[in-house]
Amino acid sequence: MFQLAAEGGTEHNPILPVWQEIVVGSIAFAILCFVLMKFVFPRMEQTFQARVDAIEGGIKRAEAAQAEANQLLEQYRAQLAEARTDAAKIRDDARADAEGIRQDILAKAREESDRIIAAGKEQLAAERATIVRELRTEVGTIAVDLASKIVGESLADEARRKGTVDRFLSGLESTGAR
Amino acid sequence: MFGAANVLAQGEAAFPPSVEDFYLPGILPWGAENSYWFTKITAMVWLAVGVLIIFFLATYRKPQLVPTKKQWLAESIYGFVRNNIAVDMIGHAGVRFAPYFTTLFCFILLTNLFAIVPFFQISPNSHIAFPTILAVISYVLFIYAGIRHHGAGKFFKNSLIPPAPWYILPLLIPIEFASTFLFRPFTLAVRLFANMFAGHMILLVFTLGGFAMLNANAWLAPVSVLSWVMTVALTFLEFLVIVLQAYVFTVLTASYVQGSLADEH
Repeated sequence: MFQLAAEGGTEHNPILPVWQEIVVGSIAFAILCFVLMKFVFPRMEQTFQARVDAIEGGIKRAEAAQAEANQLLEQYRAQLAEARTDAAKIRDDARADAEGIRQDILAKAREESDRIIAAGKEQLAAERATIVRELRTEVGTIAVDLASKIVGESLADEARRKGTVDRFLSGLESTGAR
Repeated sequence: MFGAANVLAQGEAAFPPSVEDFYLPGILPWGAENSYWFTKITAMVWLAVGVLIIFFLATYRKPQLVPTKKQWLAESIYGFVRNNIAVDMIGHAGVRFAPYFTTLFCFILLTNLFAIVPFFQISPNSHIAFPTILAVISYVLFIYAGIRHHGAGKFFKNSLIPPAPWYILPLLIPIEFASTFLFRPFTLAVRLFANMFAGHMILLVFTLGGFAMLNANAWLAPVSVLSWVMTVALTFLEFLVIVLQAYVFTVLTASYVQGSLADEH
């Protein structure tokens, strides 16, 4: 110990810092701090943040997708219900329309048939009247002709003049009707 | 251990080891006494700085969202200091200080570790210059953080005037001043320095003691072996001290910063 101290020249006091070491240590530690605190640890913070974002972002995206899906489901359900109501309404309307149309057609058909029947009756009456008139003339002529043959003279003019035949036929008619 | 090696090479084990064993001859110029610019100690400091810079730059050159093994290692060191020291002690505001605390922790841990790495076998922190630098930075850091957070007036009021009856304040204010502004940097530096100094000294005592006994009397050889076994055991203890002191230094710095950021005394 004494030897070494003698060689060193001075006794060292371990509690007193050596100024050269302070200078060297300060520079070295400053470099270390500069590099690590500027280039390494901030990037680590960024990576941590990115990792948090990635995880939280994933959860958020999933939640958003879930919410959207739920909303869509609700929307589809609402649309489906609406469509069902619409369909029922359309069916009811169609039924009502069909009923109306049927009634219309029936009414029209009835009207038409009535009209046809009426026309037929009219025609029949007209034809009957015509036939009756013709028959009346013919029967008169035949009767007169027949009587002329029997009587031997022509009673035609006379008969026409006096309306005998008509009066007779009218008499027949009235007796027939009675 | 150059000093010890020189002594051993000369064939005479200087026992007991002394303070002078910590002051190794210079590397450049070779063997110069009392030349401190480039010694084994400063070389180790540079080496520690280089190793840390290369390690972190290499592992964090291309950070991935899903980390590789090396990236995970670097991240867990930072994450440990960030979450278990900075955030635990200071709270959310501590994240700001985490980069410095991590740098501090890694630097102390690695320089301490040299104490038990073969062929290095002395920690630069057993020279008080290096703990002093770190303690001064911590000192400036916590005062600066406090002044920036509270403003100078409120910070010093918070630090110096405890909530106590007025008549006891004349006693308390000097105590607070001394404990906060005088003893803190001193205890920080001395705690680390003394631990590493004592650790190295103990290892020297047991290693050199073995040689001393062997040289003194061949019959003492078994005791020498016992002494060397003790050296191995104490090396494990030294490892514990190394990690603990790095942790304690960082935690205390964080605690001082927390104290100066706190709203109440």
